[in-house]
Amino acid sequence: MTTAALRTTAALKPLKPDAFGHWQAHHLLRRAGFGGSPDQVRLLVEWGLDRSVDHLINFGEVPIEPISADDFRSDIMRAPTPEERLAFRQAQQAQDEVTLERLQRLRQEREQQDRRQMRTMQQWWLKRMIETPRPLEEKMTLFYHGHFATGYRTIENSYHMFLQNQTFRKHAVGNFADLCFQVIRDPAMLAYLDNNESHQRQPNENLARELMELFTLGEGNGYTENDIKEGARALTGYSFDGNAFLFRKDFHDEGQKQIFGKRGMFNGDDFVKMILGRTYCSEFLSLKLYRFFVNDLPGEVEGAARTFILDLAKLMRSVRYEIAPVLGSLFRSAHFYDESNMASQIKSPAQLVVEAVRSLKTPVVDLNILVDALDLMGQNIFFPPSVKGWDGGRSWINTSTLFVRQNLLTHLLTGRLPSGVGGSSMRSSYDAMHLLSHLDKKDGEYGLEDAVNFLLKSCLGPKPLEARRQALLDFAGANGGRVSNELVVGLLCLITAMPEYQLC
Amino acid sequence: MCQEHAYTRRAFLQKGLTMVSAATTVPYFIQASAYGLTNPFDTMLTSSIAGKPQERILVVVQLGGGNDGLNTVIPFGDDNYYRARPNIGIRANNVLRLGEADGLGLHPNLAGLKELHDSGLLTTVQGVGYPNPNRSHFTSMDIWHTADPRQPSGNGWIGRYFDNTCNGTPEPNAAISIGREAPKAMIGQINKPVSFETADLFRWIGKDLHETMDKPYEEINRGGAEIEGVKEGTQLEFLTRTALNAQIASDQIRSAVRVRPLIDYPRNQLGQQLQMVAAMIRAELPTRVYYVSMGGFDTHAGQVGAHANLMNQLGSAILAFTKDLKAQGNDGRVLTMTFSEFGRRVKQNASQGTDHGTAAPMFLVGPMVRPGVLGNHPSLTDLDQGDLKFGVDFRSVYAGVLESWLKTDSRPVLKGDFKPAMVFNKKV
Repeated sequence: MTTAALRTTAALKPLKPDAFGHWQAHHLLRRAGFGGSPDQVRLLVEWGLDRSVDHLINFGEVPIEPISADDFRSDIMRAPTPEERLAFRQAQQAQDEVTLERLQRLRQEREQQDRRQMRTMQQWWLKRMIETPRPLEEKMTLFYHGHFATGYRTIENSYHMFLQNQTFRKHAVGNFADLCFQVIRDPAMLAYLDNNESHQRQPNENLARELMELFTLGEGNGYTENDIKEGARALTGYSFDGNAFLFRKDFHDEGQKQIFGKRGMFNGDDFVKMILGRTYCSEFLSLKLYRFFVNDLPGEVEGAARTFILDLAKLMRSVRYEIAPVLGSLFRSAHFYDESNMASQIKSPAQLVVEAVRSLKTPVVDLNILVDALDLMGQNIFFPPSVKGWDGGRSWINTSTLFVRQNLLTHLLTGRLPSGVGGSSMRSSYDAMHLLSHLDKKDGEYGLEDAVNFLLKSCLGPKPLEARRQALLDFAGANGGRVSNELVVGLLCLITAMPEYQLC
Repeated sequence: MCQEHAYTRRAFLQKGLTMVSAATTVPYFIQASAYGLTNPFDTMLTSSIAGKPQERILVVVQLGGGNDGLNTVIPFGDDNYYRARPNIGIRANNVLRLGEADGLGLHPNLAGLKELHDSGLLTTVQGVGYPNPNRSHFTSMDIWHTADPRQPSGNGWIGRYFDNTCNGTPEPNAAISIGREAPKAMIGQINKPVSFETADLFRWIGKDLHETMDKPYEEINRGGAEIEGVKEGTQLEFLTRTALNAQIASDQIRSAVRVRPLIDYPRNQLGQQLQMVAAMIRAELPTRVYYVSMGGFDTHAGQVGAHANLMNQLGSAILAFTKDLKAQGNDGRVLTMTFSEFGRRVKQNASQGTDHGTAAPMFLVGPMVRPGVLGNHPSLTDLDQGDLKFGVDFRSVYAGVLESWLKTDSRPVLKGDFKPAMVFNKKV
């Protein structure tokens, strides 16, 4: 089947252009990005489906301030110099406790500096997600961060985390195969999965295993323990020095290996190439993209979802792992806009925070508080709990995280913090009225029912529960019924505290 | 403990509130007969609010940073101790003896634990560790949390315990941890604990904005899944159900910790946390496992004063907790267990402190424990690169707790067969 034909299989058939209305645009903006203001949604409706999807995916045209390699310090966790190494050895031999103490303290200072830089980086990335005119770029970076999960706590090198983050960003809608070749050269990944010291004498299997189990094929899908062992041999020598990839020839096992039934003197790149050639790879990646962009799938993968994923995988293979056309097909498909897939995902903590700021235009007084809140909600960016990344979906929600989510939104809207929580607790100067600016006024005031209906819909979707509308109208009534900034803030606090606000 | 019937708002309003308010003042035997009068559904429902008091509770006390076991349970009868620690060793006449013959005693500031020992309520398990010890804080702590030295990045042992019981759906409040984030130990595949630093953080702050915020918030979040438009099996149903559970949990917890304790607690971090735990136990919360923690044990330099403070905190807090439970009549149901991610090196370092080590003691507290000292003190001369060799694998202590106390098969939880350590008396 040609690529063109694949794009229009029954499962992937595109949405009819005139079916792309306000709620479809709203849905697209939330999923392909982090949502946006009502104005931005209206703009997408004006542009129509094709141009909107194009604008979101081909963001290379959208100007943005470039990120420089100097934006973060690359030398904090540098390897010791030969002089430093000599000084340490001499102190050890002489049992010079005082010098050893001093060197130990210096190292601890550098570690503290690095932790501070890591903290700054977390704020930097969150700020980027909030401000970027290329939301899909950051959303895919976030996807890859959870997919090729690497945690700072293990590697303790903030600059390596930065380099990895940049690699994900550069390949955001690029080629997944290219990205895989970069990942096996990435210092953070190599350190995290112990491949940097993997030696032909006793190869470390961690990277080979997780590469197949978690990053490309999925557990047990078409590979054996032997493939892991041989893959590990192929990956020996893939290491780093300082902040750059280094192939250590003497570590590398040059012998013949047998992987997926084929024999050869395979190296790490050959191993990755062979993996990419397996059908399971495109299906596994398609499944992950589906879960991330279309539907959490709290149940089994079956029916229309299954067909969609398999067809998406076929398309992915035909375009040789170029992600842009795959996402293009996904965001244009009628299936994506199916009612069952709208408001069907539980917002990740990052989505919750970023979407709230972007769509409600709340002020951000303290990024530190927001980063902290992400952590309390279970998504400490740059610190995934394990190589499996974050489970997502319903696992984000429990009785404690639900309160954190509600309180975070109330904080964004009012500046308030729970008692005992640090940070600036100024009353925020949030102009909520701007959200209503397109509504008609009567006698110089916005109609209460108009305002309530509009706020409910723009936050929740086309069909808010009637019980909610009533609760809000009663609340407004108890407060005089006039649509003031204060009332609107109160309404938004209540709306964002609704269980359904957790859905996108 | 098992959540066999979904919470419904209607049922809660009819029965729940009155039972909850009764719980803190009415003796259990009266409640039991009241429950007996209602139909099985209501018993399930109210027991999911009040819990069955005869159900057993585990309280885990984590000492973060690597507690110096050697200065906690002190082998003052062994000269090697003083040779290794000429400055930071505890003088023999200050040690609180654990039995004349053994040359073993507690740190002088552990008077609280000494009192428990003398009352037969303390087991001291010596030399607890695991093979191929890891001396990194995070890694070793993960190992204790997951009970899996080979793959310490997986789920926690207590999380697995809950995943394996009640078909994986115990009470929403079955596990509570006090602190900023849920400890890995409590996180399972399906089950996550409720965690909060203070009860004040376990509520919506929007209510403070204005008194009129209360009514709509309650309507919205206590609506449960029974309002029109919410379909079964959907994400929305899951969210509305969790929202209702959150309100109920918040009510229970906040009203529980508001009640003044029966005895005075020391004003330290551990004391405050255990005071909250005791209050929740007294309020008959259905919680099975509580987790609290203390930090500051990473005493690389100037150890003597810092460690003495920590010992004081530990001993006084656990003693107060035990006394409070006894006054409540709940002491028989509660087992308390302390651990740290590793002990510290035998030899003191150049900064009057100690560096990361290996094996260390664990304490278990309650009338159900086998009183005394278990295991031998690790040799101070036959060392593993300067560190103590372990005699008891920590997983066998976990196995003992799981099998004898929580009455569950330890093997799927620990992913292996570990002979349960004999830390309980025969009646358990």
